[in-house]
Amino acid sequence: MSDRAGVGETPLATEHEARPELRHHFADVVQQRNAASLGMWVFLATEIMFFGGMFCGYLIYRRAYFNEFAAGSRSLNLWAGTINTAVLICSSLTVAMSVRASQLGKRKQLIGLLLATLFFGVVFLGIKGYEWHDEYVHHHVPTFYFNAQDLIHDNPNLRLDPQPTKIFYSLYFALTGVHAAHMLVGIGIFTVILFMAWKGKFTPEYHTPVEIAGLYWHFVDIVWIYLFPLLYLIDRRPGA
Amino acid sequence: MATTAVSTERANYLNSEYGIRSWLFTTDHKRIALLYLLSITAMFFIGGFFALLIRLELLTPAGDLLSADTYNKAFSMHGQIMVFFFLVPSIPAVLGNFLIPMMVGAKDLAFPRINLLSWYLYIAGAGLYVWCMMSGGVDTGWTFYTPFSSLFSNTHVVEAAMAIFIAGFSSILTGLNFVVTIHRMRAPGMTWSRLPLFVWSHYAVSLIMLLATPVIAITLLLMVLERTLNLGIFDASRGGDPVLFQHLFWFYSHPAVYIMILPSMGVVSEIIPCFSRKRIFGYNFVAMASVAIAVIGFLVWAHHMFVAGISLYSALVFSFLSYLVAVPSAIKVFNWTATMYKGSISFSTPMLYALGFIGLFTIGGLTGLFLASLGVDVHVHDTYFVIAHFHYVMVGGAVLGYLGGMHYWWPKISGRMYPEGWGRLAAIIVFIGFNLTFFPQFIVGYLGMPRRYWQYPAEYQVYNVLSTAGASILAVGYLLPIIYLLWSLRYGKPAPDNPWQATGLEWRTASPPPTFNFDETPEVTWEAYEYDTMPLPDEVTLER
Amino acid sequence: MANHSEHAGHAEHVVSGGLYWLIWAVLIIGTILTAWIATVDLGIFNTVVALLIATCKASIVVLFFMHVKYTSEKMTKAILISAVFWLFLLLFLSLADYSTRYAG
Repeated sequence: MSDRAGVGETPLATEHEARPELRHHFADVVQQRNAASLGMWVFLATEIMFFGGMFCGYLIYRRAYFNEFAAGSRSLNLWAGTINTAVLICSSLTVAMSVRASQLGKRKQLIGLLLATLFFGVVFLGIKGYEWHDEYVHHHVPTFYFNAQDLIHDNPNLRLDPQPTKIFYSLYFALTGVHAAHMLVGIGIFTVILFMAWKGKFTPEYHTPVEIAGLYWHFVDIVWIYLFPLLYLIDRRPGA
Repeated sequence: MATTAVSTERANYLNSEYGIRSWLFTTDHKRIALLYLLSITAMFFIGGFFALLIRLELLTPAGDLLSADTYNKAFSMHGQIMVFFFLVPSIPAVLGNFLIPMMVGAKDLAFPRINLLSWYLYIAGAGLYVWCMMSGGVDTGWTFYTPFSSLFSNTHVVEAAMAIFIAGFSSILTGLNFVVTIHRMRAPGMTWSRLPLFVWSHYAVSLIMLLATPVIAITLLLMVLERTLNLGIFDASRGGDPVLFQHLFWFYSHPAVYIMILPSMGVVSEIIPCFSRKRIFGYNFVAMASVAIAVIGFLVWAHHMFVAGISLYSALVFSFLSYLVAVPSAIKVFNWTATMYKGSISFSTPMLYALGFIGLFTIGGLTGLFLASLGVDVHVHDTYFVIAHFHYVMVGGAVLGYLGGMHYWWPKISGRMYPEGWGRLAAIIVFIGFNLTFFPQFIVGYLGMPRRYWQYPAEYQVYNVLSTAGASILAVGYLLPIIYLLWSLRYGKPAPDNPWQATGLEWRTASPPPTFNFDETPEVTWEAYEYDTMPLPDEVTLER
Repeated sequence: MANHSEHAGHAEHVVSGGLYWLIWAVLIIGTILTAWIATVDLGIFNTVVALLIATCKASIVVLFFMHVKYTSEKMTKAILISAVFWLFLLLFLSLADYSTRYAG
């Protein structure tokens, strides 16, 4: 079959001896690598559905309460959102470049790029934290102290209902919060990868961990690529 | 364990290492399967205890044994434990874990450490749930419907939901391991069309676990946030929609029914050809029917919500789509029957369970069609008719398949034969007890007895007494296998490598198998289920 | 544009650094474009355009940064397509209820 990875049986014993990273239950390194990459892709599919539940709620309530969602969206910090999108794109570039560096066996370059990735990841969370703090100060965090009077005040002709604006902020915090949790996990993973790279574990023949960690990071970036227009850009038209 | 008795024999996965650490830190899929076996059996008996409370309370029309509140907790925890901590992991995590690497000719699952992690997640979830139960329990029904769960219930909803959230990740990781193993770890020559149907059905199950479980995880998380932070997403008085919770909940929980039934269908597809000595009829159709059930299972969820206020138009569409599930299910039943036609059938224990499965699943499936039709559903919604229907599928289907599979592969797992006479007796007791428990519930439900009440009008009592009597018989049927399977570990005859003369790679290695399953990687040159080339099983082993 | 190198009998693409920088530039331009075009009144098409740009950006990331363009593996594409398909099942079938609930 086309996707069957097992090749021959002759090099088994020798390959297991020559390649310490090859685990006992795989026939050869190609099979091990293909298994790891397939595993990560399958995991990303479950992640799509994990965010999918929240997107479903978002879609339904945005349809039902467009004006409230638009007003909530306008209250978010557009500059922070745009810069954060750019920061994540930069981090995706450094991740892609670090996979390339590991393919070519350039250890110093790899370490530098991984450090840059971690830097961008932390900057993203910093900007996000700044935004959240701002929203906390304005009582826009949907808890018992939620207050959206300022939105109603800013949009007097829209007759906004305060309750659905709270739903907008609930979904905003759920989506960005779960996304930020994924960023934290990504930073953790890349710290481990950095440690392994520093130890010189990666060679042009063996760099699967960099690759699959990279897949995860790019996925988290893609989620943000959708969150940005869906949360920040619902209705930014002048005069709306 | 059997280790003392078999230690003089060949090295196998049971006697390779000893001590608690060799079990708790193992990455051997067979040992992890046994860890799962012990844990889900424990959860099964906790869930069974609540079933016992329910049946005792319903023995009389008055609410005399339990208070209304306690009764609410009893049926809620019965449902949650049985669904999330027993049925969902039962066959996949025990038999699937044990058998899939062997059936595809691999040394282990693709990610052995993730497999162990998934057991620890299960234990974390189950532990949290038991703690929640000890500290007072939960009374939302197994469905956690909002706004009751998010606003009104005064019980430990958060703990219960988080326990299921954690256990969900255990199930995702199991599914991920299966998909990658089936794609990447097959032995040379083991093509897709040579895979045992057990593997095919587990492939379909893994798809559901991977694509549906994350949705219930996020849904329960949102419900917990709503409850703790007072969000209003599912609260109609604040612009939210409680029905949205039901949509998201059933997006998982309807396919979850197929997580429970598909592995059983896989077990039955192994047992029927073996004890009919015939190749399975229509291999491709049975394999594709598994995948079709998994896919169509995602298109039907709103048939649980016909009376919840969803739009009539979408109800019509979902009703129609629900009927479609009957097609692949019927294909399977027809093919099993056709496999037996003119076969050389022996009524040994696994076969009795498999035959019971076919009959009970058919009843459960056909009554599902009643519920999928809009008019009838309005009449029987939330009555005991529904209870009887899904117990025919989940107990009559899933549990009978699980018991059948446990007997069929017990010689391989333990290296011992169980006593055949006791096995058949237990199978018959389970069948009788099950029908006596749940068939009266169809009638009493059709007459109008609603589910989830601790009292009922006196005219329903005769059905409830029958049901409780049946439950006692069923309990005996469940206890018997535990006793004689444990007995067989010490006193059972040592099992030959292939006691049933079955096809399949798992029978071509030792019983119990060595740690890496095969002494050398097998090369498959034959088709699945070639029973015409297999010799008949030893008369002595089968005790015909 | 892309170099080929063989490892352990398995073809693995090393994409040139220049291409990665080009992709990065396209993504940054896409981000600025989407933020700017949201302030232009396109009627109902504002949302459509925003999602279109997001989908283009996501596709570029998947194809180039995640190497899907270079992989010979059919499974990767199959997984991607089925995951997106399932997401649409969830969105479409629940919306089917909400969009017809008060009709008739």
